[in-house]
Parts: sequence; structure tokens; C-alpha cells
Amino acid sequence: MAIDKQLIVSSSPHVGTTEDTRSIMLDVIIALVPALVVSIFFFGLRALTITLVTVAAAVAAEYLYRKLMKKSSSIGDLSAVVTGILLAFNLPSSAPYWMCIVGAVFAIVIVKQLYGGIGMNFMNPALAARAFLFSWPALMSKWPAVFEKAPLWGSTADTVTSATPLVALKNGTLPDYSILELFLGQHGGCLGETSAVVLLLGGVYLVLRKVITPRIPLCYIGTVALLTFIFPRGEVSNLDWMLYNVLSGGLILGAIFMATDYSTSPVTKKGQVIFGIGCGLLTVFIRYFGSYAEGVSYSILIMNACVWVIDRASRPRRYGVNRFARKAAEKK
Amino acid sequence: MALTFRGGIHPDDRKDATKKKPIENLAPPETVVIPMSMHIGAPCTPTVSVGDTVKIGTVIGDSSAPLSAPIHASVSGTVTAVEPRLHPNGSRVMSVVIANDYENTIDQSVCPKGSFESLSPEDIISIVRNAGIVGLGGAGFPTHVKISSGLGKVDTLIINCAECEPYITSNYRAMIETPEEIIGGIRILMKAFGLSSAVIGIESNKLDAIPSLEKALPSGGGGIKIKTLKTKYPQGGEKQLIYSLTKREVPPGGLPAAVGCAVFNPDTCAAIYQAVTTGMPLVSRVVTVSGSAIANPKNLRCPVGTMVSDLVTACGGFKEEPYKIIAGGPMMGSALQGVDLPIIKSSNSILSFCGNEDTSVAEPQCIRCGRCVSVCPMNLMPIYIRMYYEKERYDELEKLNVSDCIECGSCAYVCPGRLFLTQTCRVAKARLAEYKKKGAN
Repeated sequence: MAIDKQLIVSSSPHVGTTEDTRSIMLDVIIALVPALVVSIFFFGLRALTITLVTVAAAVAAEYLYRKLMKKSSSIGDLSAVVTGILLAFNLPSSAPYWMCIVGAVFAIVIVKQLYGGIGMNFMNPALAARAFLFSWPALMSKWPAVFEKAPLWGSTADTVTSATPLVALKNGTLPDYSILELFLGQHGGCLGETSAVVLLLGGVYLVLRKVITPRIPLCYIGTVALLTFIFPRGEVSNLDWMLYNVLSGGLILGAIFMATDYSTSPVTKKGQVIFGIGCGLLTVFIRYFGSYAEGVSYSILIMNACVWVIDRASRPRRYGVNRFARKAAEKK
Repeated sequence: MALTFRGGIHPDDRKDATKKKPIENLAPPETVVIPMSMHIGAPCTPTVSVGDTVKIGTVIGDSSAPLSAPIHASVSGTVTAVEPRLHPNGSRVMSVVIANDYENTIDQSVCPKGSFESLSPEDIISIVRNAGIVGLGGAGFPTHVKISSGLGKVDTLIINCAECEPYITSNYRAMIETPEEIIGGIRILMKAFGLSSAVIGIESNKLDAIPSLEKALPSGGGGIKIKTLKTKYPQGGEKQLIYSLTKREVPPGGLPAAVGCAVFNPDTCAAIYQAVTTGMPLVSRVVTVSGSAIANPKNLRCPVGTMVSDLVTACGGFKEEPYKIIAGGPMMGSALQGVDLPIIKSSNSILSFCGNEDTSVAEPQCIRCGRCVSVCPMNLMPIYIRMYYEKERYDELEKLNVSDCIECGSCAYVCPGRLFLTQTCRVAKARLAEYKKKGAN
């Protein structure tokens, strides 16, 4: 029996999963689509064009940077697309297009590629870009009211705006929206953050597809819910205060899609619990005592910076020592 | 709830190709090449020379080292060479080559050893040693040493019928076809350890083997319990199986006996049964020949030392040129350089693959998804092991307990970035051991 071809002699394992980075990112994109559709419904076509601009800018920035640096192209893994969509979701629908491009380039080049690309960045690119874009605070905190569709072209200065529910909460009062309106997304805010129901739907999809575990979102949202329930402000019932806090602002978007970012969250189970709780504590702290009404993005960025320490402190118990070994010894 | 352990993966089991194929006897091969090292421990020294006539069961290699097992002729005929030959592990190993005379004469030393009830543990250990029995699940640890080192320490005898590697069905077929040999071997082991009970663990994808084994149990069960395990890889890993069945964890660097357990493969049990009831030493074994490149996958019983090429021919040859041939399972088996290599005592399968099932990429890239950490059945962090290995930080590698790695392959299997994580852990483990040895001098 003769074999003409040279056999591959590599070390085990010889089989692997079909899942790869691209398929994971594609799942994240699928999970974000419903939120985009709802956003177009509430804020008009400009929600779509902003998303398209950030995605195009993010992909182009990644392609050009790696080309210039003579590195292999990585746009095929679709992670730049995800960053683009998430950045758009963190902008008001009235944001000018130049700002979208500046944000996307900052996210991809400064936050992601300078640190070595996917998996190497220590801050969430979309959130870091959002923080950077707050260099233009007026543009970043102008929230078009729902159905007051900002024009596709030209100045968005005349768009009718509304206060986000967070502003009311900051003042210790409940916003003028019903819980149902908040849940469906019929209120002012960043274009992808308003509709809790579709974001949760996307989250369930990601959990079912095993792209994420529910650990971080549950710990994060759970911590915010618990703290706001125990410590309400103003003359409102504990339950109302808690529900409005959970459903307002970017908490659901952040907890499901930003805090679970692989590169910038812990890899251990215990670490993910600590990370989620930490994000929750910081969010409530900033919302209660900070000068910004919203605390989600800064909370996640601060916890991003702690991931290395959290991973080190939460290493899994060594197999065969502690609890179980003792139990076995007692048995004998 | 089926019993299980933490971590692990769910690869496609791919057992359908050979699951329903009864074990066939391979047509006697023209020659066999029997390496003098088919076990963990000291290699044997050939006790025959060129021109000698040997019979089935004649001792052709032995060693006086305590951790070793003698080797027997697997066919009758003439010794045509005693020289180093290529071993499946890639190195050249002293081997005895026998030309088959097709007479199948059996050595006069092969005779029944009497009822096992009348044998003492020492008798059983010596019969097992003289029969050259080693662990047939893949590692090849000499069985007599496992028994003697566990005497007085073992309170739980475990039979590993998990067969969790994809493709392989040799244990499964033995459970269906010759359960009395497995059960008989278990009863001999119970007698050796002085135990009144034993537990068989079977994965839930082989439930039909349970009634087959139950039928072979002595009336009243004889203290042998059969437990169902969740189908998950590596359920048949020794430490994982012990945990699934007893909730005990083997301490780092320790043997199963440290937590009162001894684990045996069902084929090993059958070999023990044969050695006691017929006196036949370990000279043949069942091999699953499967994979996408094989024309007609089969379970074949063949003499130890049979060439891989003879097995492939018996399975209709390659339907397409293979790009990889593996001895053992796809998760832990080793790739072969060719088909002119012998089947050794611990070879449970030969798999060959064609087409492009290779999922490796030009530039592996970690995305920090943490899947390697969540699937590691030994609670390790392959992502950080890789990072510190690349920085040659041995102090950190030691803190990450890389020496606990069982090389099951789960981390590399799940990696969406296609990193060679298991391979890295394997090298890191070896480098750390070297580094510590250097430090000690």
C-alpha cells in the first residue's frame, strides 16, 4: 500500500469545532438587528444611516491601518462591524456624520489596533470612543424625541429634542414615560439603547447560541435593581424607582452587549460575577452621586481596566485540592 | 440525571460508521512486527533471536524491571529479524519480526489457570503479569502494577466503559458481543482487591450495552453496579470518571489509589479473564478502523504487531487519499507517519481522514472568549498558560498548575481563534519540568 501524499503528522487534538470568530461576530450582529429596526421605527432613517456610516468607517479604518502596518487583513472576522454598530447604538440619532467617523476611527485605531487588534484591547472600543466623543458634550447629549425624525442630510440643530428619562431620575422624580413606553423603547436616548424588549431578545439569542453566558448581564442588572430597590430617591415607591432605573438609559444595552465583550471582560466564572456586580455598583454610584445622569459606559470602562486583576484573583480552584480532596480523605 | 463532571465538550461522536459492525477476525497477516515497548515503564529485552521458531503465546521479550510487562508472540512462525523498527510513537524501537507459518500452534505454557475463586491476589497478579496485560484504553500502564500498588488502598473498583472519544467502538462491541468476558474479568479483579463491589460507568449514548452486560452478571448482580454517565468528552478520562462516579477528586500528581479508586478498561478486564480461564496472554486486540478515508469501516480483532496497512486493506483500502492517519481517537490519538507501522497493545483504533476536515488557520488569534477556561476539566486556564508560555515565565506557569493538564484536547477543540492550546500546554508542561529539574541541580 503506497501513499503518495505526505501525511500531516501533528499533535492532538485532530478535530475542532466549526465555530470561529466570524460566526460568533455574525451572531452578535444578528442579535443587534432587532434593536436597529426598532430604532429606525422611532428615530427615522437617520438611525440607519448613522449605523451604516459608523460601520463603514470602522471597517475602513481597520482595513487601512492593517494595510499600512503590513499586517494581514482582519476585517473578515466581522469584529469591526460589531464595533461600528455598537458605537452607533451609543450615539444620539442627531449626531453629525463627521462625529460618527471620528468615533469609529478612534475606536478601531487607538483603542483596538494600537494594542494589537482583536482580543488585545483592554477597553471596549465602542465605549471608549463614546467617552472620547463627549469632547463635544452638546452634540452628544442632544436627544431627539421619538418620531421627531432628524433630517438625513444637513443640520440636525432644529430637531425637536426631549429629556432622557435619566434626567428626571437624576432629579429624584419619575420620568413622564410609562413603564411600557420605556420597555418598548418609546423615549429619548441613544439610538440603540431605548428598547429593552428587543435588546433582551437579542440577549436571549446570544445565550441560546452560547455566545455569552447570562452571568455578567444578570449580575450587572441584578445589582442595579437591588440597590435602586433598597435605596429609592424622592417620593416614589421602591418598585417603580427600581423599574425606571433598570429600563432607562443604556443599562440593558451595556449589560448584554458591552459588558460581555470578550476582550474586556474576565474569563473565569467567579470573575464574571465580580465584574457584573462591580459594573452595577459603579453605575448606581455615578447615577446617584456623579454629575452625569448616566453611568453605564464609565462603569464598564472602569471595570474593563480591572479585568486583569479580577482574572488573577478569581482563578478556578485547583483540581484535587481543598474541599473535595478533604472529603475523600475523611471517607477513607 | 446522568452522572458527570465539570467542564468538557460535546464533539460529534461519529460512532455510527462502526457501531453496528460485529467484531471480525482479521485474516492472519503474513508478518507481524512486535515492538519491545508497548507499555509505560521499562522496555523489554528480546528473548528470541533470528531463526527461532515461536508459537502463539511464546514469550519473546521480558524485563526484570518492576514497571514493565512481558511480550508474547502473536502468531506462530519464525523470527526473521530482531532490530529497531519504526514505532507508532515516531521513534525507532527494538522489535521482533515474525513470519507467520499459518499453523496457529499454541505455546505449551498456555493453559487454564483454574477457577479464579481458588486463586489468591498474589496468584492473580502473577498471572496478569505473565500474560503481559497492560491498560488497553490507550495509556498502556502495566496492569499487574496497578493491582499490586492498589492492594489495601482501593475501596472502589471502576470499569471505564465511557469510550468518550469519537469514532471508537471497540469497547462498545465487546460489551455487546462478549459481556461475559468483561464481567468475568471484573469478578477476578474484585477477588484480587478483596472487594465485594464494582461499578461500571457507561455513557448515555451506549445505553443498549447495559442490558447486554446485565445479562452476563451473576445471579443477584454479584455486587457489580452499572451507572449511566452523561455523554460528554472526556468522560472516560480517569480523573473525570472517578469524579463522576464517586465525587472524589484525585489530588495533583496522585494516582487514583490516593482516593481509593482503581480504574480498568473493559478490554483489559476481558484480557484478564482470558489469561485466567484459557491462559492465553495478551496477543491480540480489537481495533476500530474508521474515518472518512476508509472505504468500509470495521471493528477488527487482530494479532498485536499487525501492520496498519493490513488493517486498512481488510477494510477495503482508502476510498480517497488520506491527509492524516491517527492511532487512537481524534482528541488524544497520535498522528502516524505512514501505514507501515504495527498495532501495539494499546492501539484501540486507526482513523484516517481525507478531504479537508482540517480547521486550522494561518494566523490563530485569541479573542479572549474564555471557552478554554470553561471547558477545561482540570480547572486550568489555557489562555493564560499560553500567554505566560510565550513570555517564558516559568514561575507563572507553575502557579497556573500547568502540570495538572491531562492533554484531553478540549481547549484546542473549542477555540474559535484556532489556537493550538492543548499543544502549547503540552510543551509548557514539559518545559516547566525541565526548568525545575535544572533549578534543582
